[in-house]
Amino acid sequence: MSKDILLDVKGLKIEGYSDEKWNPIIKGVDLQLRKGEVLGLIGESGAGKSTLGLAAMGFVRAGCRITAGSAMFDGLDLVTAPESQKRALWGTHLTYVAQSAAASFNPAHKLIDQTIGATVRDGIQPRADAERDAVKLYDSLMLPNPETIGDRYPHQVSGGQLQRVMTAMAMSSRPKLIVFDEPTTALDVTTQVEVLLAMRKAVREHGAAAIYITHDLAVVAQMANRIKVLRYGEEVEEAETREMLSNPQQDYTKSLWSVRALHKEPEQSEDIVLSVNNVDAAYGKVKVLHDVSIALPRGKTVAIVGESGSGKSTTARVMTGLLPPSKGSVTFNSETLPNALAGRTKDQLRRIQMIYQMADTAMNPRQTVGEIIGRPLEFYHGLRGRAQDDKVVELLHDIELSEEFIDRLPSELSGGQKQRICIARALAAEPEVIICDEVTSALDQIVQEGILKLLLKLQKEKGLSYFFITHDIAVVEAISDEIVVMNQGQVVEQGLKTQVLNPPFPDYTELLLSSVPEMDPDWLTDLAQKRGMAGAT
Amino acid sequence: MHPVLATILKRIGLGVLTLFVVSVIIFSAVNMLPGDFGEAVLGQAATEETVAAFRRELGLDQHPVMRYVQWVGGVLQGDLGTSFSGRAASGVDRSRAVVDLVLPRLNNTLFLAAMTAIIAVPLALFLGITAALWRNSFYDKSASALTLTTISFPEFFVAYILILLLGTLYPMFPSLATVQPDMGLGERIYTAVLPALTLTLVIVAHMMRMTRAAIINLLASDYIEMARLKGESPRQVILRHALPNAWAPIATVIAFNLAYLVVGVVVVEVVFVYPGVGQLMVDAVSSRDIPVVQACALFFAATYIILNLIADVIGIVTNPRLLHPR
Repeated sequence: MSKDILLDVKGLKIEGYSDEKWNPIIKGVDLQLRKGEVLGLIGESGAGKSTLGLAAMGFVRAGCRITAGSAMFDGLDLVTAPESQKRALWGTHLTYVAQSAAASFNPAHKLIDQTIGATVRDGIQPRADAERDAVKLYDSLMLPNPETIGDRYPHQVSGGQLQRVMTAMAMSSRPKLIVFDEPTTALDVTTQVEVLLAMRKAVREHGAAAIYITHDLAVVAQMANRIKVLRYGEEVEEAETREMLSNPQQDYTKSLWSVRALHKEPEQSEDIVLSVNNVDAAYGKVKVLHDVSIALPRGKTVAIVGESGSGKSTTARVMTGLLPPSKGSVTFNSETLPNALAGRTKDQLRRIQMIYQMADTAMNPRQTVGEIIGRPLEFYHGLRGRAQDDKVVELLHDIELSEEFIDRLPSELSGGQKQRICIARALAAEPEVIICDEVTSALDQIVQEGILKLLLKLQKEKGLSYFFITHDIAVVEAISDEIVVMNQGQVVEQGLKTQVLNPPFPDYTELLLSSVPEMDPDWLTDLAQKRGMAGAT
Repeated sequence: MHPVLATILKRIGLGVLTLFVVSVIIFSAVNMLPGDFGEAVLGQAATEETVAAFRRELGLDQHPVMRYVQWVGGVLQGDLGTSFSGRAASGVDRSRAVVDLVLPRLNNTLFLAAMTAIIAVPLALFLGITAALWRNSFYDKSASALTLTTISFPEFFVAYILILLLGTLYPMFPSLATVQPDMGLGERIYTAVLPALTLTLVIVAHMMRMTRAAIINLLASDYIEMARLKGESPRQVILRHALPNAWAPIATVIAFNLAYLVVGVVVVEVVFVYPGVGQLMVDAVSSRDIPVVQACALFFAATYIILNLIADVIGIVTNPRLLHPR
């Protein structure tokens, strides 16, 4: 048994320096990994998964320090070993696949040089052999033109391809352990499927052990033999993958798929509040919307789904007038709105509000919550002084926050609270339509659930209509009445949720829906078989 | 045609255009100088007719546009005109072609600039890169403090300190850097050591700190963390992974300082009695020698434009996004 153990982490404690003191990030975690085994590390932001994953390689980011514990890798304690000794392992025996491939490749060097750099440097293979081997790896990772893709620079290939090249880079030296740090989080679901398959195949073929870090349980279920759940730097529970999914012991683990449990019964309505009609739009010469028509029924939610670059956000910009369409029109309460923002009246502006994905950057960091929510009250309704403060408190109650928040700055709020303030700011205008652009994408599952429930409650109370942009099918299921599927600037399908989510599907909808990972360890295998893709087994 | 080549050709075209605009500005500015060469040479006592005749002889009576066209036409053919000085009311004409006046000075200026650059640029790069490598160390802090000290003193002060130290107390180098046309290369270098050293001390700090900052800026990038996780040593991280992405800002600041070496060193020239273009231009302005002033100004402008053009080109060819478009 003990001979089998590749990595043995015991009682690891890590602290990070912020606000002029050392704060615990990892509070004593054990972790064991056998040869050839894949361990999934799952948890929400701030759980310390990345820190733990890097520490498993003996790497500590600047501003962090290990205060206790050991990490035995092949007879060497990575915690106490000097940097020079660890450098001999890094890139060869221990390799790393980062979340953002686009940022993690050096823009100045060719892909092939980065792929085999460490392998050649440490003399594992001579350059010519390493290059031939890299081509084989590229090929097995299903990269196009494996012979020549290595001669390209990082900016010349797509994000999904880069992620696979990075996997090839991690495999090149035939490492004993690979740490995958959220390797598919930045990818679209359709690309994610291909990358997951390629990574799983590569890991299995070469018998490397792996730590797979993610916040998405459905993804890790496809990759890992065992799953460890982390929260606030502590282990919540650990179990074999199938057991974890079928029989989670802790409530916290169950909450990791809480959004998937939300479901809204769709309702139909013919009373259209806002519509875009046969709209074309372009950024400069690049045309991004082609004859888009979408209608939003009053008091209902229309979800727009599609991959990045499909024109979802551009459609929102046309609705708000930020991007005047080159053809077509926007109709509000059966009245045609002026195309450009500048042409619309204050009252027209008031009735359509927006909430953004990054609540952080959507608020002025130097304004208090009271000022942020108070501004639209003054701008649209002329409320000042005491009347304004009273209304702000009322709005804070609407978003389920107490009135103490009125004097706080955005930096003193959590991610979910920030998004609630943004919702309150939109509500302050007393709008009829709110456009929500990926408003839950940056949030953890439990927080997402809270925000979605709040939006549903507000819709019921105030008769709001939502235009909800998202790429997450679970969110769509939770909040929408109707669904619009977009692809390459065109509407593929629009209809009641029950219709769109039920077969038969148009090809693209089918591809999109089937690519969303499910809580079933066999999902990826089944899908690959169905699609006849390589790497099914 | 490769898009980078097209971009570079476009930059060169823009450079030529800029030079043309600058020539118009130089010409107008010089024409707006108060005073008149005729009066300056002939003195207050000269009669109006004498002055007018003198002006006619120099071509100053013609319309400014005509004179501009003649001047630019001459420049394009390599003829910078004839100096006004050397003429006198007596009618004796000992004037020389501007080219003959400016060229030897130009050689001297470029010689001093090149000599300084050969010392200062590698030194600044070395200091900047090593300071980035051992950032926040004692070495880094002393290098920063030392270079900052030298840049904080006015250049004439640095010059006099060097004269005091290396010219008087420990006489190793001549205090007067009056290079002569008949000197050999070795002797020239020996003569120009002190001004070159002064200029080095003045420009190293800026380039060094910019190099350090450009590299350290990149060290927070994901690809630098990736390089470390691939087991690259700190030296490899800096030289192989950070530096190739830092050339554009470094080249810009080097170009800026090299331009200063050519056009901004008149004070140092005066202190060391070094016969460069700077002094020539100051003398020409005070004696209203318009053709010489114009020639010097045009040369300075061309220096700035060419050096910045080179920095731009370096920025382009070291950026794979531009060099290898999708």
